[in-house]
Amino acid sequence: MNKAADLAEEMRDDGTVIRLSGSLAIACLHDLPSRLDAVQGPVSAIDLSGVEHIDTIGAWTVHRTAKRLNSPITGGRDDTMRLIDAVGALDEPVLIRPDHVPAVRRIVGQIGEAVSTAGSTMLGLLGFFGGTLVATWSIIRHPRRFRVNAVVQRFEVVGVSALGIIGLMSFLIGIVIAQQGSVQLRQFGMEMLAINLVGRLTFRELGVLMTAIMVAGRSGSAFAAQLGTMKLTEEVDAMRTIGVSPMEALVLPRTLAVVIMMPLLGFYASIMAVIGGGFLCAIALDIPPITFIQRLREVVPITDLWVGLIKAPVFGLIIAISGCFQGMQVKGNAEEVGLRTTAAVVQAIFLVIVLDAIFAVFFTWLGWN
Amino acid sequence: MAEQDDIAAEEARVESMMAQSDIAISVRGIRNSFGEQVVHDGLDLDVRKGEILGVVGGSGTGKSVLMRAIIGLQTPDEGEIHVFGESMVGRLDDEALAIRKRWGVLFQGGALFSTLTVAENVEVPIREYYPNIGAELRDEIAAYKIRMTGLPAEAGPKYPSELSGGMKKRAGLARALALDPDLLFLDEPTAGLDPIGAAAFDEQTRQLQQTLGLTVFLITHDLDTLYSICDRVAVLADHKVIAVGTIEELLATDHPWIQEYFNGPRGRAATAAVARHHDREQDRAAQTPPDGRQ
Repeated sequence: MNKAADLAEEMRDDGTVIRLSGSLAIACLHDLPSRLDAVQGPVSAIDLSGVEHIDTIGAWTVHRTAKRLNSPITGGRDDTMRLIDAVGALDEPVLIRPDHVPAVRRIVGQIGEAVSTAGSTMLGLLGFFGGTLVATWSIIRHPRRFRVNAVVQRFEVVGVSALGIIGLMSFLIGIVIAQQGSVQLRQFGMEMLAINLVGRLTFRELGVLMTAIMVAGRSGSAFAAQLGTMKLTEEVDAMRTIGVSPMEALVLPRTLAVVIMMPLLGFYASIMAVIGGGFLCAIALDIPPITFIQRLREVVPITDLWVGLIKAPVFGLIIAISGCFQGMQVKGNAEEVGLRTTAAVVQAIFLVIVLDAIFAVFFTWLGWN
Repeated sequence: MAEQDDIAAEEARVESMMAQSDIAISVRGIRNSFGEQVVHDGLDLDVRKGEILGVVGGSGTGKSVLMRAIIGLQTPDEGEIHVFGESMVGRLDDEALAIRKRWGVLFQGGALFSTLTVAENVEVPIREYYPNIGAELRDEIAAYKIRMTGLPAEAGPKYPSELSGGMKKRAGLARALALDPDLLFLDEPTAGLDPIGAAAFDEQTRQLQQTLGLTVFLITHDLDTLYSICDRVAVLADHKVIAVGTIEELLATDHPWIQEYFNGPRGRAATAAVARHHDREQDRAAQTPPDGRQ
């Protein structure tokens, strides 16, 4: 049963006979297929009388050779012949992979598809934003439908449990700004200006921006994955049939939670970054904390704080809307949840940074330098 | 080359052990638990060569866990599992390769690789275990395997996400059969299929089993499947296999769960359907003499 498959060619008056012997099972075929391929016609018969054991792969190998050389198969046992017949009956071309598309056409097609997807996503996002506003308005008119518990629960998930990671991140960013700033400013003998750098940069830009990125990664992705899974398991549809609006029950509490939490987290992040900066100044630059704080109060205008705090809820809105929007777009299979989650985070961070640039121009125009 | 010789020697050894007995799978005293929850305790089961063994049991009795233990995805706390005479407990993935090549597994959802087309899915085991088979032959093998499981030729270049549930199962079956295994594990193959699709799948399984001489370990909830294609049925309950035998033998036992299972409304309906089917078959057989061909 375990003898390796072998092949012998025998010349006879009426042409060549191929004699196969041994076990024609996949484990024993070894190089037999390629040797069979090398045989050139005319072959008068393929003789299987020496075959001890055969499986469908062996049967197929025999079938294709017989077909190529147009020669009859002889001498096989009944079950062998039956297997070859059964396999031969299935001989029909099957495409293994989709047709190959020329590279140029494929690339142009992909670009076109990406553009149209980007356009329709932006439109969809705008529509979803409108839907959220409508839901908000209907909640304002019927305040009893407002789900306080859901919102408070999100406060904890979005805000409280993020305190640790956002605090640590901001603290380290504060240290990095102070350290890098002081190295550069030392060349001009103005290391003290590192304090300006830490104070203004964190309150105005980095505190809120880094928080937004972290919240997009933590909560935006979670929203997309949660809602996406709920779409897949038809929970969202079940909700609709019971008369609960998914917008009011799922999207609004999440959006509200992020919008309220973002300014708080942003402020907290700025403070932590300032503490980090102060820590480095005290250790590496010998600036005592009290001097650091005094200097900070002199150089950081209150408008910097406003700039940060005005931006924060807008960023939060974008993160929550992107997350929920992408989650609600999930349909079909589990793979889609992963894709949509990624899309939610990328979209949120991209839009946050675009908006940050617009805000920068706007506040400069206001004269809040 | 030395490695290949090793494998060949290993295969020869396995082969000789296989010849020694007609038991394909032997499970002895298995205990499986997840934390506090004990799924199996002292479970024994034998699967004979060339039979279709149906495994039934209520939800949570560990049918899938048993299958996972046999194919080595779950290491039991205690007990011995032999497949073709070879111990499987505690064997690492790269050991027992000779045995692994001899079985095919159809998971519940098909478990097709989502980034590959159906045909490429079927090619994966061939590519992994038998790199000596050329690309062209491999494509042809994938093609007839796909046709063999009843999929249309158009299914080949499709991705799993483009298939219906029934087609996914068939594609999974095609992949399980890729290496012409001696042993086939099917985890609820007809769950989620419509009755027509389920009956067709049963028929296909039966036909393949007869043509290829397979041993089939079949987990199912489907009474019709049990009645129409299983040679024997093993019943899992109380952490053990409480009974193994043909359905008639099981009906003769007085275990309440077995009685409830086969004599409940659905069980009776399935029995009646099979009886009708048999009558028809016999009528047909009486009219046309069998020609001995499939």
